Amino acid sequence: MKMVVVAGTPGSGKTSVLMHAVKDLIKAGAAPALVKIDCMWTEDDLRFKRLGLPVAVGLSKDMCPDHYAIYNVDEMLGWAKEQGAGILLNETAGLCLRCAPYPDQALAICVIDVTTGPNSPLKVGPLLTTADAAVMTKGDLVSQAEREVFRERILEANPGCRIIEANGLTGKGSSEFAELILSWPEISGVMTLRHNPPLAICTLCTGELRVSKEHHRGMLRHLDGFMEYTGE
Amino acid sequence: MSQTISDTMSRKRIADIADQPMGTAMNQAAVRNETNSQPLTLTVQGGVDKCGHQDLVHEIEISRGEIIGIVGPTGSGKSTLISDIEQFALGDTPTGRSILINGQVPKNEQRYDPRKKLVAQLSQNMHFLADMQVGEFLRMHAKSRGKDPNQADKVIELANTLTGEPISPEFQLTILSGGQSRALMVADIAVISDSPIVLIDEIENAGIKKQEALRLLSGEGKIVVVVTHDPMLALMATRRIVMKNGGMTKVISTSNEEQRIFLDIERVDGWLTGLRETIRQGEVVA
Repeated sequence: MKMVVVAGTPGSGKTSVLMHAVKDLIKAGAAPALVKIDCMWTEDDLRFKRLGLPVAVGLSKDMCPDHYAIYNVDEMLGWAKEQGAGILLNETAGLCLRCAPYPDQALAICVIDVTTGPNSPLKVGPLLTTADAAVMTKGDLVSQAEREVFRERILEANPGCRIIEANGLTGKGSSEFAELILSWPEISGVMTLRHNPPLAICTLCTGELRVSKEHHRGMLRHLDGFMEYTGE
Repeated sequence: MSQTISDTMSRKRIADIADQPMGTAMNQAAVRNETNSQPLTLTVQGGVDKCGHQDLVHEIEISRGEIIGIVGPTGSGKSTLISDIEQFALGDTPTGRSILINGQVPKNEQRYDPRKKLVAQLSQNMHFLADMQVGEFLRMHAKSRGKDPNQADKVIELANTLTGEPISPEFQLTILSGGQSRALMVADIAVISDSPIVLIDEIENAGIKKQEALRLLSGEGKIVVVVTHDPMLALMATRRIVMKNGGMTKVISTSNEEQRIFLDIERVDGWLTGLRETIRQGEVVA
């Protein structure tokens, strides 16, 4: 079994890019299965199902979507195996940009929208810095110079990362993406995460509604950058 | 009537060119071609139109020094053809077209690495989205292309010969007008993205001096592909590909008669450009 984790900020074009890649994978005779992870609601599974591959949805609800994806990797792999798939495609809903939901042996893809500006590659953190490839989307909306500056910024954040320029509308770049998937090695044995999750659990994580400082315990960071553990 | 220095220059150049037969202007490019030691050809192999029918033009080869037009109604696939060339399609785009360089499939690094890229592209985009200062952006772009960052100043200087109100390196890119943005994009391509293949998508709607811009971009011994609705630009090309319903339907070579008409258009255009500038400067047309 191969595993591919596709992460990226909301609206960056993860689903559109994956839809085109799935078509190319099926055309090449591969058997992909897809798990779409979202937080509250999604209808993307219906779009994927039209392509004729097994699709499952996971809604993380009250759990962090990245933690949810990581926690459920074994279950997703088991499901994909039952479906007779050779490739598990996992689209995540990464939001807070502190984690990277990438197991070490999976192909880690960060989808990133060029129109968010040349500083965004520096903002997305481990989602980009620990990815194997960055897929640049919406490049048709900016000039070639802007695309190239953006590309340079990605390489500053993650030197040596493979960059694919894709277009979710026309399908540009999808064959390159599909080839990368097909060339990726199978997973085996124990997998670990590429990047440690953030050191963060506080009373807000567990449902505290009151705003002021005195109500909070746990790993807390002040505006001036001072970090402390408050509690027993 | 007062004029800016650059306007006087461009008028003089237009006059110089108008004084010589069209063939001479075109032949100069051919002479440059000989002086350039590295031969380069760009081949477009036909694919399919929007209905899946084969392109009637099966193959077209373009050499250094040639300006080639792409013409056709809106929605006929002109920008798609440009995009096939820009990404060096290998039968892997919706049209199924393939692009060859010197008769061969381009290397991957030529497709992706900006330092080795053979293609510079001026797209239809009229604005920058990057929230950066002009100077900082250009230095960064020079770096991405493996060029000297000090070329940024040269780009701005050149851009200011093409546009009205001058651009300063401290400006944010996002406040530039459509014309200023396009002028900057043109100058950036001429100086920083100095690639042997130049793709231009509709320069006439840019609000800049179109013919000056095209000459700047054409440079020495380059392959220039220009999408256009403008008769003057279309006739500046040696040949033009006619698009219909997404397909390449035929290739027309610019005839002697068309070259003669080009000279008339150029004179009229020079006159109109002068009038436009007079009105822009708030003066009275005499």
